[in-house]
Amino acid sequence: MDFTDTNDEAAFRETAKEWIEANAPVHLAEPLTQSGFGSTKTGDLDPIAEAKRWQKTKADAGWACIQWPEAYGGRGASPIEQVIWNQEEGIYSKLTGTFIIGQGMCAPTLMAYASEDQKRHYLPKLASGEEIWCQLFSEPQGGSDLAGLRTRAEKDGDQWVINGQKIWTSGAHYSDYGILITRTDPEVAKHRGLTMFFLDMRSEGVEIRPIKQANGDSGFNEVFFTDVRIPDSQRLGGVGDGWKVALTTLMNERLAIGGGISTGFPEIKALAEALPLASGQAIDDPAVRSKLADWYAKSAGLKNTGARAMSALSKGEVPGPENSIGKLVAGGMMQDIAKFALDLQGLGGLITDPEIARSQAQIQAMLMRSPAVRIEGGTDQILRNIIAERVLGLPEDMRADKGLAFNQIPTSESK
Amino acid sequence: MNFDFSSEHRMIQEQVQRFLSDHSPLSVHRAVMEGEQLQANSVWTGMAEMGLQGTAIPEAYGGVGAGYLPLCLIAQEMGAALAPVPFSSSVYLASEAIGLYGSEAQKEDWLPKLASGELIGTFAVAEDLAEVTEATLSASVQAGALNGSKLVVPHGLVADIAVVLASSSEGPCLVVAPLDAVARKPVEIIDPSLAAATLTFESTEVEMLGEPGQGWPQLEAVLHRAAVLFAFEQIGGASRALDMAVAYAKDRFAFGRPIGSFQALKHMMADMYVALKLAESNAYYAAWALENNAPDLHLAAATARVSATQASQLCARDNIQVHGGMGFTWAYDCHLFYRRANYLSVALGGLNRWEDRLIEALPGAAA
Repeated sequence: MDFTDTNDEAAFRETAKEWIEANAPVHLAEPLTQSGFGSTKTGDLDPIAEAKRWQKTKADAGWACIQWPEAYGGRGASPIEQVIWNQEEGIYSKLTGTFIIGQGMCAPTLMAYASEDQKRHYLPKLASGEEIWCQLFSEPQGGSDLAGLRTRAEKDGDQWVINGQKIWTSGAHYSDYGILITRTDPEVAKHRGLTMFFLDMRSEGVEIRPIKQANGDSGFNEVFFTDVRIPDSQRLGGVGDGWKVALTTLMNERLAIGGGISTGFPEIKALAEALPLASGQAIDDPAVRSKLADWYAKSAGLKNTGARAMSALSKGEVPGPENSIGKLVAGGMMQDIAKFALDLQGLGGLITDPEIARSQAQIQAMLMRSPAVRIEGGTDQILRNIIAERVLGLPEDMRADKGLAFNQIPTSESK
Repeated sequence: MNFDFSSEHRMIQEQVQRFLSDHSPLSVHRAVMEGEQLQANSVWTGMAEMGLQGTAIPEAYGGVGAGYLPLCLIAQEMGAALAPVPFSSSVYLASEAIGLYGSEAQKEDWLPKLASGELIGTFAVAEDLAEVTEATLSASVQAGALNGSKLVVPHGLVADIAVVLASSSEGPCLVVAPLDAVARKPVEIIDPSLAAATLTFESTEVEMLGEPGQGWPQLEAVLHRAAVLFAFEQIGGASRALDMAVAYAKDRFAFGRPIGSFQALKHMMADMYVALKLAESNAYYAAWALENNAPDLHLAAATARVSATQASQLCARDNIQVHGGMGFTWAYDCHLFYRRANYLSVALGGLNRWEDRLIEALPGAAA
């Protein structure tokens, strides 16, 4: 056990640090620091363009997706080197949010199931941020019950014809490609009739409509497919193997998202240090100290759990369902923190004008965005099921759709 | 960087686990708890033969000198087995205090005997039903003689020596008191396996540890270091309580199905797992900080302590809930873990004290 760098690791850190100091977009440091949860601030500049510029700068020097093989645009670095890079990239890593789904979820799926030619063609541009990918999974009738999805893919020669609708697709409006899970056979049990593809988001018949969220932002979309044609060569995995392919994506999702997830701890600590209460500074109030200590312990626990996962990866272990705890802990914690901050500030805590509110209304943004954290990418309830069944080995829930063909499963329309 | 224990340390842990499952099953714990004996002497002797009491004591003082990383993993197994021996009091507290603050002569006197298990040590702080403070501390030492009494001393019935917090003309201090002539009265506590006693000192000849007047910072240092080892006992117990709950939920049928298939219970056990995992990870970091005397040891220890106390209490409590009525019987083992979890939670001061210490140690958040 050693939480300090070996000589090689220290040398790697030094190289990374020097490069970042020489190349990072320092003009964005201040707005990035003030970024509220769920939005990346880049001053007067376009956040997507700035994110792409930083990603391309990194890629040109071999600092993008450093764990990927060099042939696919990476650096062939170890998991521990990835930890070091993340520490050194610091505030600028906020610019990489745009690419998380593509690089953290679509890419591992491509690496596992695409042809060698496809990997060499698509992955380098995914790494460099020149092309952005999205993940077309959730549907109006298939969220937590993802395998209940209905988007149809029907074979026509060496092409597939897609009809249906996806929902909650992050970044679909600025994505170049997407991975798409479809139903190819409604007459077999639901998990067995699925097939995965990837497609060009500019294909004819793809229509993207933004969703206005409860917090007023629009980060997600509905995506409609009308007779969209995808060549069979863009199928990922076998026909009917889509569920297995999706699990590869989702397992990496929990690792990608769980590692560097926001908890709200730095924000609540800063608020407690700055805020006067009738009884004195908030940080000196025993009730505040008790809450802060619990949240610090949780956020440290997540960080140290992430570190253990990296050690396991570097010994060749595969990311397992235990990584589901990251988002489960962070989501609930962020909502608790935002609510506590509101209570501490009273009416002033309601103000969302960044010119007036404390800390540019960062915690107010968190309060309004955090309900989604407990839903997106697996609800708290689904994550607890995963931990209970796949980590603790508890028996599966009794299901009303077990053994039925997909088209025989009761729905809200058929009841 | 490597955030896991080495395979050598894991091997030591496995040996201890095997020894305890062979020689200290819960029936041995029950025998002590129900008053058949004060402690499991054969377990203590067997552990001494393996050198466990001296794991972190330097070789120069008769120990193994293997450091704190293996001691942490041993603590985890002790917590899982509920072995009814005075390991925590003697090793994490008494030996640590003497090792930290004893003079060369004191270390040569006491440590080899503590390392070999020939002597049992304990740590005596609490005097009253209220938390002891510098102002209320009434045990006092004058001209090398200690007077006063300590209300709840874990393993006070079996210990040979105690490190005692007392006042002196120069302020609070830690002293080593031999207990052969000290009046001991059994005191009933929630975990009866701990051989707890009220100790009354009457002109007991004691030796001062380190500088007089330094008792308070000495106490804080000992408590922070012990907090790391107690955290490993806590996660050991929590982990076993979770295993018990999961095993029962798979086995027990109600409404025609295993109760572990109900989401209400699954989610409860998932939450136990989450609390345990966070506590484990914080304890790992604290183990490293203890072994390396890291500058952030106090923060790491308080963090490990807070997480471990939460996980330990949650797992012990909800293990009973998963067992339903059977969990509330004397015959089932759930209450043994519940009792121990509650002892461990307050052994070094309660959760609120450690939350406060955590904030004190947090950079930029000083009160």
